[in-house]
This record gives sequence, structure tokens and C-alpha cells, in this order.
Amino acid sequence: MNMMVKVEDKLYQNRYIVDESRPHIRIKDAESCTSCTSQACTYCCPAACYSRNEAGSVTLITDGCLECGTCRVVCQDKENIQWDYPRGGYGISYKFG
Amino acid sequence: MVEKFDAIVIGAGPSGNAATYTLAKAGLNVLQLERGEYPGAKNVQGGIMYAAELEKIIPDFRDDCPTERHIIEQRVWLLGDDNYIGTNYRSDAFNTDRPNRYTIIRANIDKWFSEKIRAAGGLQICETTVTELIRDGAGKVIGVRTDREGGEIHADVVIMADGVNALLAKRTGFQQEAAPENVALAVKEILFIDPELIQQRFGLKDDEGVVIEIMGKVTKGMVGTAFLYTNKESLTIGIGCLISDFKAGNCPPYKMLEDLKRHPVIKPLIEGAEMKEYAAHMIPEGGYKAVPQLYGDGWMVVGDAAHLNNAAHREGSNLAMASGRMAAETVIELKQSGLAPTAANLAEYKRKMDASFVMKDLKKYRELPGIMHNNKQFFGAYPDVITAAAHNWFTVDSVDKKTKEKEIMASFVKKRSVFGLVGDALKLVRAVR
Repeated sequence: MNMMVKVEDKLYQNRYIVDESRPHIRIKDAESCTSCTSQACTYCCPAACYSRNEAGSVTLITDGCLECGTCRVVCQDKENIQWDYPRGGYGISYKFG
Repeated sequence: MVEKFDAIVIGAGPSGNAATYTLAKAGLNVLQLERGEYPGAKNVQGGIMYAAELEKIIPDFRDDCPTERHIIEQRVWLLGDDNYIGTNYRSDAFNTDRPNRYTIIRANIDKWFSEKIRAAGGLQICETTVTELIRDGAGKVIGVRTDREGGEIHADVVIMADGVNALLAKRTGFQQEAAPENVALAVKEILFIDPELIQQRFGLKDDEGVVIEIMGKVTKGMVGTAFLYTNKESLTIGIGCLISDFKAGNCPPYKMLEDLKRHPVIKPLIEGAEMKEYAAHMIPEGGYKAVPQLYGDGWMVVGDAAHLNNAAHREGSNLAMASGRMAAETVIELKQSGLAPTAANLAEYKRKMDASFVMKDLKKYRELPGIMHNNKQFFGAYPDVITAAAHNWFTVDSVDKKTKEKEIMASFVKKRSVFGLVGDALKLVRAVR
């Protein structure tokens, strides 16, 4: 019963108002992610926005972001995540919350 | 000419709504700013609302407030790998005209609350993110800057109700970033299902509701809990653990939620339901010691942004509403006395809070977060031995009961030693005394 969980299927149910090409979260220095042993963002983010890439660094795609703030908290010792809210009206728009 | 208000409230969650409504009702000129597309668009809550605090703000809220089910039964379950042991408390006495607790859908309540605010004369602007607090040369907060063009707005006092991320207080230097062991991450889904199935599976009629709080193996030894709540036409299921544990634990939150949904005792309860939304939210869990400075020159902070959450009793939105109301009442009293909202005068907000259940309860449980964080056996070893003990006790197999007792006791001691068991009991007693 060790099925892979497809987080995309979960995110698909959500309503987003995507601010095209204006991501509200940014990795400050992708190069320094290569020296991060845990890369905790890649398994702590509940929307799987972060993934380890071939270069050993971390790629961030914010489209499915749930705006929880977890990535910022897990990366606070490295301070490598620039975390903002999306512009007013954009981002996740919870129907039920 | 920059517009000026008596007060600006940032955020349309429970604390911000309580503050804005209280201010508007007293006739103050109040502006509420919300970054979401509509009030509630950015808010997430497990889904239980206690009546008492809302009732203080809107006494007749039951007339039209869109609650889901009033809770007549509370279950607390400890889950093993394929079993559970638990307690249920159910009483017909909860079927009153004025129920004490309801399951809710956050967005519905927020929309309703916003209508009340507008009816009371409060001005609310959505789709507007506050980017920073404006301070004068002396450091006093005199307004906010937003992401709208020319979006500078002034006020005598700014109430930050911007939630657990509390970006404004952090950027301004009024608050530190939360430590990973002081915040939990919870993920949840809303599952729509035929109301008749809810009534059959949980033994309910009309708008009666059951809530289940869950501990045990599903958090994989991490400090956390799960929940399953009955709404009118849906179930809410979620799980949350300390972020420090997620950071160390290598089990992604969505996998943990999926494992909970597939657990043999949970699965039959949610079978046939259709998932309509997946949400995630941080929960302030650090308690009393994590509460920041609550006020300063021209500003106050309320609700989750002030880390006001009683993790031991799963209470958050009622603390939020209480703090929003008390912050607003402080502003109203100063206005009526013609006093400026200086730090010295706004200190009255903290005095009100200290005298209320909010700070009294947080203070009572101030040691609990540390104990939970440093004693993982409550979440790892105990669920195993307790459910195994129950299995042993309820299996009739011609082994005499005295031998069973010995086996059960031995399994406890083996996992945790006699000193460990006694020590844990003492720690818990001290933490909640």
C-alpha cells in the first residue's frame, strides 16, 4: 500500500488566481542551496513547490503555493528564502478554508 | 491628501473581524484591509468555533450565522497501525437552543462577519496587501502602505490581524520569526458527501455533529494531532505536526494526510466522499512564552499574529476574537477619553488580556509546549503500547487475566522503564496543573 501521493491531484481542486511571471516567493541564492544538507523545503512544503534539481540545487515553482509560510520557517537559519504575500487579490483563494 | 482613519485593521480573519466590528459599532471611522479576493479567501481553520466569544461581540449571532453542525459528541482517539482506543463523550444536553460549539466552514463565517461589519458602518477593502507600516520620526506607527497605487493611508492606530505569518510585525522589528518548534503545519481536505451518510456513520440527526481528535501512529512519532469533523454536507479531515519535526522527519505533510485517510479505522468514515479543497496553514503552538509584545506606539497585534493559541485545548479563533475585541475596546475607551494611542495608553489592552481567560489559560499551560517537544514518547512509544495493551485485554484466548495484566505492565516498562512512566506522568501533571 505504499502508493505515491500525487500532491498535484490535491492542488488541482484549489482555486488560484495566478499572478503570471510575478512569483511572490524567491530563492535568494540558488547556488547556496547546493551546500544545504537537508533541503528541508523539498519535503516540508505541503504543496511540493520545491524540488531538488539535477544541479543539486533547488527549483521553486510557486503556482500551487498555499501561502502557509512553512518554507520560510524551515529556511530561517539559512535565510535563503525571500517570502512575500502575493499582490492583493492574487494567489490561493480558498473556497471553504 | 492622505486619507486618515481612527483605526486601520489589517486582515479579515476572526481577530480582525472582531476588532473591526467592535470599532465600527462604537461609531469609529475604521478601515479594514484584506489581501484576499474576498473575506476568508486566505483563511484556514480546522473548523470548530466556540460560541462564547462571538456571542460577546454579536449576541444574536445564531439568528443568521452560517454554522454547520452543533457538536453533541467529542471523541478522542489514539490510533495504532490498524486499530484505535479512545473515549467518546456524547450528551443530549448539548442539544440546546444556544449550543456552545459548532463545526464551521471558515469562508462562510468570514463572509457573514464581513456583512455585519459593513452594516455597522465599517469600511472594508479587499484585494489589498499591506506592504509596510508607516512610522513617523519618533517611531510611532501612523499608517500603512499598500500595494495599490498611491496606497498610503493614515490612522491613529493600526491593529495587525495579519495571521500566523505576521509579516508586518516581523518586518518592522516588533517581532521575531517563529522558531520551527513553536509552529505546527497542518494540512487538511474538505470532503463532500451525502449528509445521510454522515448521519448514518456518526449516529446523528438534523444538524447534530461529532468531532474526532486523533493522536497516535498517524503522526509517525512526530508531535502532532489529527482531526475529523462533521459538517452539514462535508467532512473535514486534517493532520498537523510541529514544523521542527517535519523538518527532521522526512515525511511530507501530504503523505501523512493520505496515510491518515487510508487508515483502516478512518477510511470507512470518509468512503465515497469527494475532495473539493486541499489547504495548509501554520498554527502558533509555542504558547505563553511565544507571545510577543502586544502593543506599542500606535499599534497593536491580535489573534494568530500575536501567537494567541491554546494548543492544549485546540482553541484559537475564540482567543483571536477575544483579543480583537479587547484591542478595539481599548481604542474606543481612549477615543472617548480624548487620549492618544501611545504605547503607555495602549498598555490597557495588555492589562485586559492578562485579566481574561486568554492569557490566564496560556500561562497555565506555559510548560506544555516544551514538554511535548522534548518527550517524543507521548507520540511514538505510547500509542503502540497502549493499543497493544487494549488488543491483549480484549482478546479472549484462554490466557488468565492476571497473566495478561503482567504482560501489559511489562510491555509498558519495556518501552519506557518504570522511572520513565512515572516521570512522564509527573511532567504531564505539572504542565496542566
